[in-house]
This record gives sequence, structure tokens and C-alpha cells, in this order.
Amino acid sequence: MAIDRQTVNRVAFLARLKIDDDKIEATEEEFNKILNWVEQLNEVNTDEVEPLSAVNDLPLICREDNVTEGSQADKILANAPMAEYGYFVVPKVVE
Amino acid sequence: MEKITSLTVHETLDGLKNKEFTATELTAAYIKEMEKRRALNAYVLETPEHALKQAEEADRRYRDGTARVLEGIPLGIKDLFCTKDIRTTACSRILDGFVPPYESTVTANLFAAGASCLGKLNLDEFAMGGSNETSCYGPVVNPWQEERKLVPGGSSGGSAAAVAANICAAATGTDTGGSIRQPSAFCGVTGIKPTYGRCSRYGIVAFASSLDQAGPIAKDVRDCALLLNVMAGYDHRDSTSVKAEVPDFTKALGQSVKGLKVGIPAEYRPAGLNPEIAACWDRGIEILKSAGAEIVNISLPHTKYALAVYYIIAPAEASSNLARYDGLRYGLRVPGEHLDNMYINTRSAGFGKEVKRRIMIGTYVLSAGYYDAYYLKAQKVRRLIRDDFVQAFNRCDVILTPTAPTPAFPIGDNSMKENPINMWLNDVFTVSVNLAGLPGLSLPAGLSGDGLPLGLQLIGRAFDEETVFKAASAIEKECGFERLK
Repeated sequence: MAIDRQTVNRVAFLARLKIDDDKIEATEEEFNKILNWVEQLNEVNTDEVEPLSAVNDLPLICREDNVTEGSQADKILANAPMAEYGYFVVPKVVE
Repeated sequence: MEKITSLTVHETLDGLKNKEFTATELTAAYIKEMEKRRALNAYVLETPEHALKQAEEADRRYRDGTARVLEGIPLGIKDLFCTKDIRTTACSRILDGFVPPYESTVTANLFAAGASCLGKLNLDEFAMGGSNETSCYGPVVNPWQEERKLVPGGSSGGSAAAVAANICAAATGTDTGGSIRQPSAFCGVTGIKPTYGRCSRYGIVAFASSLDQAGPIAKDVRDCALLLNVMAGYDHRDSTSVKAEVPDFTKALGQSVKGLKVGIPAEYRPAGLNPEIAACWDRGIEILKSAGAEIVNISLPHTKYALAVYYIIAPAEASSNLARYDGLRYGLRVPGEHLDNMYINTRSAGFGKEVKRRIMIGTYVLSAGYYDAYYLKAQKVRRLIRDDFVQAFNRCDVILTPTAPTPAFPIGDNSMKENPINMWLNDVFTVSVNLAGLPGLSLPAGLSGDGLPLGLQLIGRAFDEETVFKAASAIEKECGFERLK
């Protein structure tokens, strides 16, 4: 499947990245090179194969649904680029 | 007399116990060496005051008889591990100035055992790279033939270089596709990626969560065993860490390999394999055979697909993990008129080229219409790769391969710059181990014609690091590799 400029821009937006106009062509080319390379997987017959998403076939261990480390708003906000009144500050999203 | 900074961890512990030197003297010696070797660019943050304070505590404990297993050992910490109140950046501009309010489980375990922190070590940005050149702090210089300016490998390039240059006693690393083993091979040091689930991932900046594992990089096999003893263990904060007993890995060292079945996979010797790498591998085979091991020819037929599988699955998981860098909660923020502009401006300025490349690939293979063709397909072939190992381990106990297809190459290598796939090929012998979740150790086993270290890799069954350590110590004993002193 060849990737075109439109797809590059669509994927970039999904990833919330901007590809500079002068780099779109190079990105397109590189993307196609990589996708052509991974398409070698089509040689492998996987008709009867279950996908493997986790190597240890163990059930996830659940814990009690309790607060374990609460009441640390100050610590959490300490790294925020913008915080006010105990909240993260975001650009206006509601008109 | 040998410099105290050249000692291994186990030799250093003996020296501390026998009062040949104090932890404070040792730490001061490391700090001096660390400053002298700044041209390597191995450390991205030095924390000498912190280390000296920990050394004081260590000396007190040696005096009053309460010394812990790693008491007074100065470590370098890969800057992918969150360290409480010490800046942690993953060598990315997007985590600029991030100071974690918490400690990763692995580093917490090491510090609770008495080890100290000399500083944070350089790596490829978000551990994405095989040469340490994608770091926002610039590349690390391999201490071997320093004037040639070779890469230390990656992503744990700072860790491997620092251990090789004796500017820390040992270091932490992480390995998603070879990031502990390949730099260990390039720098002539020893590193182990344990079984997936052996070490907690809590507090390690996430790259590809189904593949990431922490492990030690150290001066010899025994040091790796000593460190892994402390790093490993179940952690309720990581739901994928496994409730398995952690044996004393040092007990496996020096045990006889008589009758041990060592698998040699045909697929790891493609036509055109670097003859020096092949010769080093043959020598490793000879050593184990002479020690009484039985050599078994095995096949891992899906090996050739491992890199393609990896470069779908790892970017997919990365694109999801790195979605958290939104400019709101920590790190860099570049303003924008609307929320989306702020996200886009922040992420475009904060991530480097290789990270953006992988986020883009990952986003694409997970996007509607392509998920089945790429991501699901890769997960299916991943199972076949894992099953190859399951089959192979019916016939052998441990597998011996080269670690990397070449020795260290120059910083700024053109063929790698022109085509990212050439750089990715460095991981050809290591990625399968992550895809299958198995333990893999790299130890230095020889030198290339022009004097650069070459590594051999031992791969074990899941949760059987002991056999890996046993075979590694047998090779180490006979191959007579000389570390940089």
C-alpha cells in the first residue's frame, strides 16, 4: 500500500505532530520504504495463529479498589508547566 | 596498585568489608574519574553530593555492622528510571526539567540494598535507537579507542560506556529490542535482560510495554548476578511483574556445564555474517564443548521476520505510551491558540526525529483500516517466533549466538543516517528475545581485528536466568577478555 501526502498529514494529526511542508515528501518516501519492508510478513501463513499480545500467559493480578496514595495534589502539580488554584491550566476549550 | 574504580562490584564489596577503603573514599574516587571523563558524555546529570551523602550512611553501617548487600556501591542510573527528586528526562526535550516525586521500583530496590547514585546516564531518546545518537544531550563516545569516536551502542549507551570507562561501579539499563545487550557488546561489558516480568517496570519511562525490561550492565557476570538479585522481584505496582521466586543467581556461577545442551541456531549464521563475529561465536562454542557441554544444532525458522514484527509492535506501543506527553501535566509546553495547537506545537518541538518517526509508524499501524493488516499480523507472527523458542528449548537448555552483527561503528555513520532500517538491523540477533519474553545475556568474548570488543549472547528459558548465568560464567572464565582498567 503506497502512502500519499494526504495520509501522512492525517497520521500526523492523529499523532498530534506537525510535519513541516518541506519535509512531507521525505517523510512520505521513508514511510513507504518502511512499510514495504514490513510487508515481508505477508509471506508468513498465519491463518490458524492467535495473536500474541502478552508473553506471560498469566491472569492479571487485581488489587482491592482502594485509594492507595491519595491527597498529593501539590506533588502532582509541581511538574505542571501551568497550574493555578490546585488545577492544571489548559487553553480555553469551550467558547 | 589497580585503581579502586577499576574493581568489580564484588571486589569492591570485599574491599569495603575488609576496610581497605571507605565508601566515602571510593565515592570520591568515582566522582573524580567521572569529572575527568566528561568528554565521553556518558552522564547527563551528575549527583556527587547525593552520592557522598549515601556514602556517609554506608560507612556508618560498615562501622556498626548493619551493612546491606550492595552497601556503598556507587551506581550510574540510566535516565529512563524515575529517581525521586532527581531530574529524569529520558534524554528528550519533552521531559525538560521533569523532577519525579517518586522512585522507580528497581532503583528503590538498589538503594534499599545500600547502593548509591552517582548520576543519570545518557541514552537514546526514550530508548529509541541503537547508537545513543538520538539523545537530546548528544551522542556518547565509546571509551574503546576513544580517539576514533565510535558509538557505544544503544539505547543504554551511557550505561555501557560508563561501566567500561570505570566511571561507575555498575549501571542500570533497560532493553526493549537489545538496548542492554548490544551496547554491552560494543563496550566490552556484561549485561542481562531478564525474563519479561522479572523486574518491575514501575517508574521506568515507558517505550513498548510488552517488551521493556530492566536489567544490570556491569563489569563481569558475577556483578550482573549480584545486581539482578536485588533488582528482581514481584511488585504490586506493575501488573505484569510476575510472582516468581527470585533465586540467588550467584549460586549458578562456576557450576559445571557438563551435559548442558547448548543450542546453536542455524538462522543466526546467514551468508555474509561478519567473519570476525562468526569466529568469536565459534570460539564460544569450543569453550562450552571443551567444558563438557553438548552442542545441539537448532532452528528458529521465523527469525528473519523478527525485526519487521518488532518495528510494528514497538512503535504501536510507543505511539500509545507517548500520547501522555501533552504539555499539560509535566515537561515542555509550547503555547497554542487552541488545545490541539498546543498539543501539536509541544509535541513537534519536544520529540526528536527518530521518536516522531516511530510515533508516526505506530499511529498508522493502529489506525482504522490498517490494524489487521499490520498490527494484528505482527502479533500473530510474534506468536510463531515465541513458539520457535518453545520448540527449540525441547532440545536444548540454553542458546548461544552473537550479540550484534558488527563491532562498534563511528558516530554519524552515513549508511545508518540515510536509511533508518540499516540502524535497526543492529538488533537482528536480539529482538526475538524480547518478542518471546526470554532472558538474554551479553558478555564480551573477544576482540575484532582492529581491537574492538565483540559480544556473545546466551538465551535461556523463561525464568531460567540461572542456566544463562552458569553458561556465561563458563565462557567468561576461559575467554580471558581484558576489560579497560
